[in-house]
Amino acid sequence: MLDSTLEDQSPTPARNSPIQGETEVTLTINDESYTVNIEPRVTLLDVLRERLGLTGSKKGCDHGQCGACTVLIDGERVYSCLSLAIMQEGKTIVTIEGLGSEEELHPLQAAFLENDGLQCGYCTPGQICASAALLEEVKQGSASAITPDLTSLPDLETLSEAEIKERLSGNLCRCGAYNGIVAAVQQVSGQAAPSPAANILVEEPEQ
Amino acid sequence: MKQFSYVRASSPEDAVQRAIAHQESQFIAGGTNLVDRLKAFLDNPSELIDVSRLGLKEIETMPDGSIRIGAMVSNTAVANHHQIREHYPLLSRAILSGASQQIRNVATVGGNLLQRTRCPYYYDTAFACNKRQPESGCAARHGINRMHAILGASEKCIAVHPSDMCVALAALDAVVEVQGANGQRQIPFTEFHRLPGNTPQWDSNLEPGALITAVILPPNPAAKTGIYLKLRDRTSYAFALVSVAAMVAVEGDAIHHARLALGGVAHKPWRSLETESFLEGKTAASETFEQAAEIALQQAQPLSHNHFKVSMAQRAIKRAFTISAQGGSTA
Ligand SMILES: Cc1cc2nc3c(=O)[nH]c(=O)nc-3n(C[C@H](O)[C@H](O)[C@H](O)COP(=O)(O)OP(=O)(O)OC[C@H]3O[C@@H](n4cnc5c(N)ncnc54)[C@H](O)[C@@H]3O)c2cc1C
Ligand code: FES
Ligand code: FES
Repeated sequence: MLDSTLEDQSPTPARNSPIQGETEVTLTINDESYTVNIEPRVTLLDVLRERLGLTGSKKGCDHGQCGACTVLIDGERVYSCLSLAIMQEGKTIVTIEGLGSEEELHPLQAAFLENDGLQCGYCTPGQICASAALLEEVKQGSASAITPDLTSLPDLETLSEAEIKERLSGNLCRCGAYNGIVAAVQQVSGQAAPSPAANILVEEPEQ
Repeated sequence: MKQFSYVRASSPEDAVQRAIAHQESQFIAGGTNLVDRLKAFLDNPSELIDVSRLGLKEIETMPDGSIRIGAMVSNTAVANHHQIREHYPLLSRAILSGASQQIRNVATVGGNLLQRTRCPYYYDTAFACNKRQPESGCAARHGINRMHAILGASEKCIAVHPSDMCVALAALDAVVEVQGANGQRQIPFTEFHRLPGNTPQWDSNLEPGALITAVILPPNPAAKTGIYLKLRDRTSYAFALVSVAAMVAVEGDAIHHARLALGGVAHKPWRSLETESFLEGKTAASETFEQAAEIALQQAQPLSHNHFKVSMAQRAIKRAFTISAQGGSTA
């Protein structure tokens, strides 16, 4: 219990036990083990960016409202800005750095390039991590708010454009590259990408 | 965020004992609401008790046919569970219409019930808010109040409960199972959250230190045709202006088992028993549902910026009942 007189006098309330300072936390990220000394209040996003130099994950809003910080935890997409790092011990974390490499792009990374799924690129790591999870979710038969029949789920071939948009609504793109993002997801889903306009503009004229 | 200590509870009993012994502590489950509140200095606990590793992750069918959902089951897992999709589709749809996949993956059933209002005046510590700071005033009442309550509000607070899932649970007569200092008890869903009255700092009737362990869904013959209709400022990833969980079973032409709960309109998921008893035995027709919608909003007291919510709710109710009477699906 608090001592009320003490509490009244001191600017910060008296505590019945000292506050925990930095603590050793071990995280598994992109198949590597990292040990950091952090306070419990540090988010996973801040550990990635500020402690480990994994700056692919971006801080857009820091409040779960934009998706730029999206990573995969135990295979599921998550906002790292709303995740305390200390709560992620023992879990498998994958960031954009672990999804593909410069030599060997993840199919979604290649498709984002081919379909102009970005302009400034700030939202892109989050968009790609979210899209990678989206593909897995569809394969496992997960529903979205607009799935017409909850007992008959779309597969990758039949996933509609509206479904892709709904399923990616947790990732905002301030540049408005949405058409290209949807096209990239359609391409990797094995569908025909809808608008070749961007491709036509950059293709070499035929000899 | 202020500094805090962190402990992992080893069992539900351990979690409750720690919370009672250490009154400045708070539970954390998915953290999608609490971490946000900590960042805004709305809560300043000296200790977080991590309850996310306690188990409580099962969805089971009970001998009486009800379904028991553990408090740590993720929102995604509830929405995608085959029995819930089939027998309680409005619950799946309510959950899927909320937040984003990233949040639903982490958000837990218990945390969803105890998420706090998104009233911007509650979030901004520069404004007066009786919920955040009792007796400090309410800046929303004469501020920009288009998102706020039209039913059951008080002079002290006009905030609304933000959950979609809870609106469906209120319509489904769910029961909340909690573990407190004196053991387990069950709280009917409609008595779990409370109206603000003079003490808006309390969102629910849960005693301090008590842990939600499960939510129970009783069997419901009308739930298969249940509808969740959510209206908001953008198509996806936004809180409700108004939402409706509604269901009817039609036998011959007559309505039975009508259920109605509204979201985005009150400090708690708003169940309308008057509307339900009006509908019992009536003919499933357009005028019936129109009258039902009027009854549901009879007591509405809109604020300066949210008169639109009254007619929006009425039209949504009519639509939801009409589609439910036709057998259900998306609204
Ligand atoms: C950008 C954004 C948009 C959102 N949009 C929507 C939306 O449209 N619709 C909607 O419904 N929700 C929405 N949400 C809210 C989301 O649903 C909640 O944040 C989530 O359900 C909270 O669950 P959690 O497990 O993360 O809770 P936590 O953040 O861990 O906890 C929330 C509260 O519950 C308490 N608590 C947690 N578990 C228990 C337990 N078992 N027993 C007792 N107390 C407990 C905690 O102490 C805390 O006070 C949104 C959130 C964000 C950030
Ligand atoms: S930075 Fe995490 S959602 Fe915006
Ligand atoms: S590419 Fe600039 S924000 Fe998306």
